[in-house]
Amino acid sequence: MELLIQIIFVLISTLILGAAVMVVRTRNVIHSALWLIASFFGIGALYLLLEAEFLAIAQVLIYVGAISVLILFAIMLTHNVTSGEGHKFYQRWWLALLVSLMLFAVILVPTLVGQDWTITARPSEESAIAGAVEMGTAFMREYLLPFEIAAVLLLVALTGAIVIAYEERAQRRRILTLAQELALRKQQQQNHAEE
Amino acid sequence: MDDIVVQVLIMLVQVVVLVLAISTGFAYLTLFERRLLARMQNRVGPNRAGPGGFLQPAADAVKLFFKEDVIPTLVDRGVYLLAPALAVIPALLIWAVIPFGCLNIAGDYQACFADPATNPNLHNIFQLADIDIGVLYLLAITSIGVYGITLAGWASNSKYAMLGGIRASAQLISYELALSSAVLAAVMMAGTLSTHEVIYQQMTMWFVIPQLLGFVLFLISGTAELVRAPFDLVEAEQELTSGYNAEYGSMKFALFFMSEYIKMIAISAIAVTLYLGGWNAPGLELLGSLMTGMAGPLVGSIAVGLASFLVFLVKVVLILFLFVWMRASWPRVRYDKLMYMGWKWLLPLALLNVAMTAVFVVVLPDALIHSVALFVASLVVMAVAYVVSSRVKPAPSRSRIKMVQPEVPRRPSS
Repeated sequence: MELLIQIIFVLISTLILGAAVMVVRTRNVIHSALWLIASFFGIGALYLLLEAEFLAIAQVLIYVGAISVLILFAIMLTHNVTSGEGHKFYQRWWLALLVSLMLFAVILVPTLVGQDWTITARPSEESAIAGAVEMGTAFMREYLLPFEIAAVLLLVALTGAIVIAYEERAQRRRILTLAQELALRKQQQQNHAEE
Repeated sequence: MDDIVVQVLIMLVQVVVLVLAISTGFAYLTLFERRLLARMQNRVGPNRAGPGGFLQPAADAVKLFFKEDVIPTLVDRGVYLLAPALAVIPALLIWAVIPFGCLNIAGDYQACFADPATNPNLHNIFQLADIDIGVLYLLAITSIGVYGITLAGWASNSKYAMLGGIRASAQLISYELALSSAVLAAVMMAGTLSTHEVIYQQMTMWFVIPQLLGFVLFLISGTAELVRAPFDLVEAEQELTSGYNAEYGSMKFALFFMSEYIKMIAISAIAVTLYLGGWNAPGLELLGSLMTGMAGPLVGSIAVGLASFLVFLVKVVLILFLFVWMRASWPRVRYDKLMYMGWKWLLPLALLNVAMTAVFVVVLPDALIHSVALFVASLVVMAVAYVVSSRVKPAPSRSRIKMVQPEVPRRPSS
């Protein structure tokens, strides 16, 4: 049984890492997003292997079901992202490497060093590790403040996005038809070119 | 070791039977829908293949199988081939946690009706996996279903398909919120996320009574989630040929079709499980005790199993009938009105329902009293929403924003 779990763990980790590498390797942005989804899915499977069922399903629900759909949606609605040349990702690879290394040093290394690697006996069957009830009470009692702060942060980000997206249109006095919008866009481009 | 092998074998058999049964169910659902629609529109419908059109699904399947498998030249090949699979797999996965009956293989029918917290030795072979977070699993899997449609639209490299795909993803992520909030209120009533326990909690009263508002919201947003009429803008054939699946043919098209109908059965099954008491019906326990007294515990549990499956089936077919009825009755919603309704009506109402449920359940601890109070409150909210929504015009005509009328060249009057 232990061997089986280890094999599954290796397979899942290979999937996650391979998919993550493919995210940055692929030229096509949509394909990148798809690999990212595969990677998220793998992490969900890893949680499942740790018997954190709630966390696994939440991972799928939030990352695979919501965030990735938004990513895909944003890519599809943005002009010329899907057909542009893919080299842009590689231009500052050293910067990305630096940031990743620093993040690794700041977050992961202290955890790894501080970890006591002696494996204790498995917790008894009764004590659920991360059940829905435990998570709920933790969020609503002990960690209420961080929880609420995160919620406010998300709300601010949402409002900000709407303001940015509608700043120009909100100043207009009326809603334009699609043709008028297009004409306006062309005129703006012409003005821009003349300047 | 043998024990594990036997368990895995049982599970495999369950999975194969379940998938075959669902596929058959899908095939006959298409016939059911076509005949029923025809009936409602004063037509005859398909009645030539077999007695009363009974073999029509088989004929359709054969036709689709033998069509030429065309892959357009400029599609993104990998994603194009992946998309139909991504559409069907979640639709099938949903079924893993839905209990469509209660056949205790241990031969004791009473385990079905006992409190799952105190009586855990129930081995129900009519439910593939009774996991602690079944309802959350349902939501997670439904939310993955968007990918098939979106990616099909993108990979096809065609304007119509792309527009259909974009519309679909916008619609699905908008209505998912209302759907999840409606489900959340039902979960709060039950106090559990396990599907079997949700049904157990409904032994005394179906949740459709206290959660009337939630049930209505669930049905509306469920229809939108299925992209069915009146919310089928994704495949508005007058504007988009057939939307995201325009470039798909033969079996790949059939897979999209299949996923849509399987999801329709699944949403009906979820509605039955969460709101209509699942497989349970009054008198099942009596049947169990009668059969046990007459022919022993095994026969008793088998009788309860089959009867509960039948009850479940009848309830699901009733909801499916409702879906077909809706399709026959209402025209397609305009796109901006769809978004308007999703965000400005369904989501606030769903949130109100959640708040209402929380307050009533906490303030009135007695189950009967808070159920009745919630029922009355639901009726009031629905009445108010109806009155207000019929007064408010969806067009933003109130303030300085004005709609511009396109100038139509006038015809010379003769």
